[in-house]
Amino acid sequence: MSQTDIAPGERLRARAFGIAYIVFAAIVLLVFALDTQGDSTFRLTQRGDRFHESFPDLTFNPAVASLIIGVVLLGLGGRQLRQGFGSRTNAVLGLVVFLFVFAFLGWAASGTSFSLVQMLEATVVAAVPLTLGGLSGLMCERSGVVNIGIEGMMLTGAFVAALVGSTIGSWFGIVFAVAAGGGMAWILAVLAIKYQVDQIIIGVTLNIFALGLTSFLAGRIMTQNPELNDASVVGQWKIPLLHDIPMLGRILFEHNLFVYAAMALVVYLTYLIFHTRWGLRARAVGEHPLAADTVGISVEGTRYKNVIVGGMIAGLGGAFFTVGSVGNFSENPTDGRGFIALAALIFGRYHPVGLMGAALVFGFAESLEGKLTLLNTGIPSEFLRMLPFLATIVVVAGVVGRSRVPASVGVPYTKE
Amino acid sequence: MSADANSTDHGPLDSQPPNRARTAIGRTLSSDTTREAVIVPGLALFTALLFGAVIIVISDVDNIRRLDNDFLGAIGDSLSNVGTAYWALLRGSLGSVRAVSETLTSATPLIITGLALGLGFRAGMFNIGAQGQMVIGGLLATLVGFGLSMPAVIHIPLALTAGAFGGAIWGYIPGYLKARTGAHEVITTIMLNSIAMLVLQYVLLRDWVRPEGRNTPLSKPIEDSAHLPRLLGFLDRTDLRVHFGLLLALVLVYAVWWLLFRSTLGFEFRALGHNPTSSRFSGMNVTRLTTLVFALSGALAGVAAASQIQGLEPHRATTGFAGAIGFDAISIALLGRMHPYGILAAAVLFGGLRAGGQEMQAVTDVPVDMILIVQSLIVIFIAAPALIRTIYRVRTGEGQHLAGGSI
Repeated sequence: MSQTDIAPGERLRARAFGIAYIVFAAIVLLVFALDTQGDSTFRLTQRGDRFHESFPDLTFNPAVASLIIGVVLLGLGGRQLRQGFGSRTNAVLGLVVFLFVFAFLGWAASGTSFSLVQMLEATVVAAVPLTLGGLSGLMCERSGVVNIGIEGMMLTGAFVAALVGSTIGSWFGIVFAVAAGGGMAWILAVLAIKYQVDQIIIGVTLNIFALGLTSFLAGRIMTQNPELNDASVVGQWKIPLLHDIPMLGRILFEHNLFVYAAMALVVYLTYLIFHTRWGLRARAVGEHPLAADTVGISVEGTRYKNVIVGGMIAGLGGAFFTVGSVGNFSENPTDGRGFIALAALIFGRYHPVGLMGAALVFGFAESLEGKLTLLNTGIPSEFLRMLPFLATIVVVAGVVGRSRVPASVGVPYTKE
Repeated sequence: MSADANSTDHGPLDSQPPNRARTAIGRTLSSDTTREAVIVPGLALFTALLFGAVIIVISDVDNIRRLDNDFLGAIGDSLSNVGTAYWALLRGSLGSVRAVSETLTSATPLIITGLALGLGFRAGMFNIGAQGQMVIGGLLATLVGFGLSMPAVIHIPLALTAGAFGGAIWGYIPGYLKARTGAHEVITTIMLNSIAMLVLQYVLLRDWVRPEGRNTPLSKPIEDSAHLPRLLGFLDRTDLRVHFGLLLALVLVYAVWWLLFRSTLGFEFRALGHNPTSSRFSGMNVTRLTTLVFALSGALAGVAAASQIQGLEPHRATTGFAGAIGFDAISIALLGRMHPYGILAAAVLFGGLRAGGQEMQAVTDVPVDMILIVQSLIVIFIAAPALIRTIYRVRTGEGQHLAGGSI
């Protein structure tokens, strides 16, 4: 996504970035560098890890680190203001945010130690439902159907997984959750494709429907029969050898099925959508259905298939909230994460890898929030939780490069 | 602009070719007749309640376990359960003075928020951010309510205005972003809903907002001088909660109707919803109109929240004070076909469902969440009349489409 052409708004944006970098630099130099209480330690391994004894923790003087980072940020801000970074603008932005967060963590952990590895592990877990939800939206929107109903599909999946998981077993719970997500998506597909109802209305309504249905059934079935809401959580698989890698092993290779499934789906869908004939056809349907129809691709069939598969992925993401983490269903466990998933999809520019990156960023914010209360920095956690939503608004408003949408999303197709 | 003169209340500009790609909200309403406006919603309500009955029956675990050895008994009990539940639903919404008062109390914020969304829909703006606009509006009204102390004649309107102001600000943001950058309002308003909730949680935990000695997110109660008086206060019954917010809502119904169908600005709104491109070419200031619609829509949602706080116990802001009214209102605006009078009727229906649902939950063990199911099914049937047509073999008009486009 290079932005070499200078549009009128471009210069303003470049200036705004430059000023923001300098403000970051000022915070780092004037707050983080001055207000320290001794060395910071980031723990990179946990007790019980294979190389716990031999792998060192990261201990540094936060004042010095902040000083260096602050100067680097000043330099980047100055160059951004003077000549800009051209096509590397967004990469530099990423670097600036990374450095700022590092300085911030160093300051927050000053005089104490905190487990960076645990935080990154929590980040990966928090990113799983967001990634799966985002992939669900991706499947639908790439073929031209808006899916605002991710939240509702995940909610249904969470409930079904808990109910079936308690009666037959957690693995069946997952299977049924996937089917239930597909079922909800089928409703979306029929209404959107066959009856051509406005897709945003269906999505919003599906969310209300799912919330009502799951709360109703949970209240009526599970409250009186607690044995129907007591599924066992699917176990962890430590990947042999890989999980012994210091740091990375704990972050990536000591999880349950859901984490691996999310990673695998990201890779598989990237291949499927961008490197196969099938993916090309699906994208054609989302971009220009008339052209796709003309060359003999079934627009309706493709959309049905994609939407239902998308719903199945959301159902899997929903199962994570019950059999993937706590085992039981409490009212509205998704708590708006379907919308954060939607945000990740847009922030990640409708690409599997991009949306996983966005999900990780949002997951990082979520796990940082938990840490902040422990570190007692006085920064209200609400502001951190706003981050995904603010970031998404910034992206749809085109401040950090616009997220390009499949051209025919939301438009029903009628065969001439 | 002579087209305005002979336009009906239902649709401003009809007889356009059905261009699905940019179907606007106003257009499909033009084929609306009174018969359809009653028959389709009626059948939709009936079907939704039927579905609800099925869910009540199949979710009765004890009865299902009895099916094997006492089949007829189980079926009979299930049916009588449904009967009891729906009887309670009816009694709780219409069966007494108190029930009617509860129905109207629940309907009050739904009417105003429904108007907020209906206004936006008419102008082609899918503002699903009423929830967030209510939260911010209600928060500001609460701050004015407990922070200031003055005679009621000033305090009541001042707090309501604060609510309108808060909602307008929160509505202005997506309007501005849409007009200036083209950011799709569905995405921005969804995000702003979440942000508003977090702002609310943050503010309600501040020491200057919380009552002394409490550490849960909760505001101080507003001053008595900001309370909206009860409508039936002269009867001296504490259980009749309906308050002056209802009168305010009725005034707003008329005001929005007048704005939309009798004023130049309303004509411009509808024209914009009908065809933004031709609005631009005919010299309307689309940027200004877009932000104005959003601010007005937000202001209405903010007033709805203020009237909730000022009219009802506990007269303070909590994290859940706005409930899901902003989302219910989407259904109401659609069910009311984006016409102020239709919205009034739809809001009273939903208010009745809400009030009756509470009674149903209290009397039987059917959770009040069932009305969410019923409401969402009604909306689906309304939005896809073809479904109703298929089920009941009646002739109906075309479905409703909102301003499509990409997200």
